[in-house]
Amino acid sequence: MTSIESQVKKPYQYGWETDIESDTAPAGLSEDTIRLISKKKDEPEWLLEWRLKAYRHWLTMKEPHWPNVTYGPIDYQAIHYYSAPRQEKKAKSLDEVDPKLLATFEKLGIPISEQKRLSGVAVDAVFDSVSVATTFKETLKQAGVIFLPFSEAVREHPDLVQKYLGSVVPHTDNFFAALNSAVFTDGSFVFVPQGVRCPMELSTYFRINATATGQFERTLIIAEDGAFVSYLEGCSAPSRDENQLHAAVVELIALDNAQIKYSTVQNWYPGDEEGRGGIYNFVTKRGACRGKNSKISWTQVETGSAITWKYPGCILQGDNSIGEFYSVAVTNNRQQADTGTKMIHIGKNTRSTIVSKGISAGKGQNTYRGLVKIMKSAEGARNYSQCDSMLIGDQCGAHTFPYIDVRNSSAIMEHEASTSKIGADQIFYCQARGLKAEDAVSMIVNGFCKEVFRELPMEFAVEAQNLLGISLEGSVG
Amino acid sequence: MLEIKNLHASVEGTEILHGVDLSVKPGEVHAIMGPNGSGKSTLAQVLAGHPAYEVTQGTATYEGKDLFDMSPEERAQAGVFMAFQYPVEIKGITNAYFLRSALNAIRKAQGLPEYDPIDFLDVLEEKLKVIGWEDTFLNRNVNEGFSGGEKKRNEIMQLAVLEPKLAILDETDSGLDIDALKTVADAVNKLRAPDRATVIVTHYQRLLNYIVPDFVHVLVDGKIVRSGGKALALELEEKGYDWLRPEPAVAG
Repeated sequence: MTSIESQVKKPYQYGWETDIESDTAPAGLSEDTIRLISKKKDEPEWLLEWRLKAYRHWLTMKEPHWPNVTYGPIDYQAIHYYSAPRQEKKAKSLDEVDPKLLATFEKLGIPISEQKRLSGVAVDAVFDSVSVATTFKETLKQAGVIFLPFSEAVREHPDLVQKYLGSVVPHTDNFFAALNSAVFTDGSFVFVPQGVRCPMELSTYFRINATATGQFERTLIIAEDGAFVSYLEGCSAPSRDENQLHAAVVELIALDNAQIKYSTVQNWYPGDEEGRGGIYNFVTKRGACRGKNSKISWTQVETGSAITWKYPGCILQGDNSIGEFYSVAVTNNRQQADTGTKMIHIGKNTRSTIVSKGISAGKGQNTYRGLVKIMKSAEGARNYSQCDSMLIGDQCGAHTFPYIDVRNSSAIMEHEASTSKIGADQIFYCQARGLKAEDAVSMIVNGFCKEVFRELPMEFAVEAQNLLGISLEGSVG
Repeated sequence: MLEIKNLHASVEGTEILHGVDLSVKPGEVHAIMGPNGSGKSTLAQVLAGHPAYEVTQGTATYEGKDLFDMSPEERAQAGVFMAFQYPVEIKGITNAYFLRSALNAIRKAQGLPEYDPIDFLDVLEEKLKVIGWEDTFLNRNVNEGFSGGEKKRNEIMQLAVLEPKLAILDETDSGLDIDALKTVADAVNKLRAPDRATVIVTHYQRLLNYIVPDFVHVLVDGKIVRSGGKALALELEEKGYDWLRPEPAVAG
């Protein structure tokens, strides 16, 4: 047997389930379901109307099938659209939060209790459809930063939410964005006022627990003139034989001279070796560089999910604005990923950078799909794209679909692409220097991903490297 | 230290080595010479444990243990080192990181404390002098963008840092200019010690002017056909290999 073939996959580490009583809406989607969600969340009338408008539009749409992925039909009437851990009353402080919930997040390595907080990182923990706890609220408040669960933000800052919600990703944008707009449950809201540099990393951790439940979170981040914020999301789910749908929407808005750095470490349950179960991760993420000299940077490390389908993009509207996309996507076993970015250049001298690293192992299929569009108005626009694929074994696939649409002749476009294979020779070389085969693979893959990892906040770069090692463990024997 | 008996090995079903015997004692330097395709590199690869080579017969005992029973990394951890004829590139991984990972893996297996990045820098500084390289080498990625000669020197840098007991140099001299050859030879000579041994696999005797071997063996068609002292290398230089072939080459 050659060293590349033997496959012994280490099981998903986060596949356990928390036994907790929950308040779950009946399966199925109708206007009544939406009214129920809105009522549970105590929402104002305008938001309910917004949801219903999105739902009615969704009914006219068809599920898209252009991505390079295959899956069976999704029964939207079999999904529960709301599930919350049952609590006697609303927890005012962490002491009142169900210890089982806190224990769940501790076990996931997300310390939210007072004593064990990750220093320098404020965390919002979302369990199924509701936010469980948000740390460092007071510290942030003093700096003028609003970091709240979405549903709380709706209650406390309705004007801000109403002003920006759907302004980057309208409810008509696509099938899953419309669905999300109708049924979204929780998520994070961040507002950094003019001139404020957010004093710490902000982080949201999403956990799907309940069975047959979809997770539809909504995140909205606004950085006013000259503001800076770095935000990171992480996620995981129990191992189940059925597929679960996760359809989130993330909207970022950067005004003049503002900067938003958005990082994702996505580790939803990927399904088993045969492709049973796993999360369908169908997500719409987009940032608008509205102001001049603004900058939005997406960094994603995608190791989980049965299917990943997402294109975090930037609309570069303000003159001299900058969009960046750094991505590592791993597919092992039977995972499929169709991911990339959209950079829309509108303002003058706008610049974008795309660095995509796709790693395929087992029978995984990995597709990069990206659009760089230079509008007529975007005088002096520049783009640099780099798409590298790495193959481990001979049963996986890597695909690249770069779309380029240039309407201004002053644009400068650069595109580089490469495909490499981890070979027996590379692994043997490391082994001959005393390293174990799995450490060799981990080292080679981490080297391949270095340009992306160095974009991650320090606290999470190490976590991402470890995660990558675990995802690929056993892919080379 | 190393005892090879009746070694037969094949690659993709074709037997390359047809019964090699070799005995290496601590402190000795052996040169394995032979024409192209004689099986020199196969011998080196088999000793290091390359998975593409299959041992079909015979034994190799290293410090009393069955070498073929050990994985490639176990051999490295036990002090066996092969300088590759064609070193591999590792993108995104600096030489400093690679060297420290390798040395720590070996030290860990030997029950020695591991080096942290700061202490390790001191180790590296000293070794860089041996090889005649600047600090900037440390932040370059492993063999990425290296010239053929630089890659060979990097193998010797690894040798210097890992300080193996048994070093096997597989055609390390090929592609080196005379200055690089001297540097490599100096580095290898500095590592000569009563408890260490070196096996030099080479096509030419040029390197042997600088690293003087105790024994020279001639490998032809997968067998050692003659062994002798340093003088044998000079004889080969003069006469070539044909006179040592077991049967005269058939004119085609």
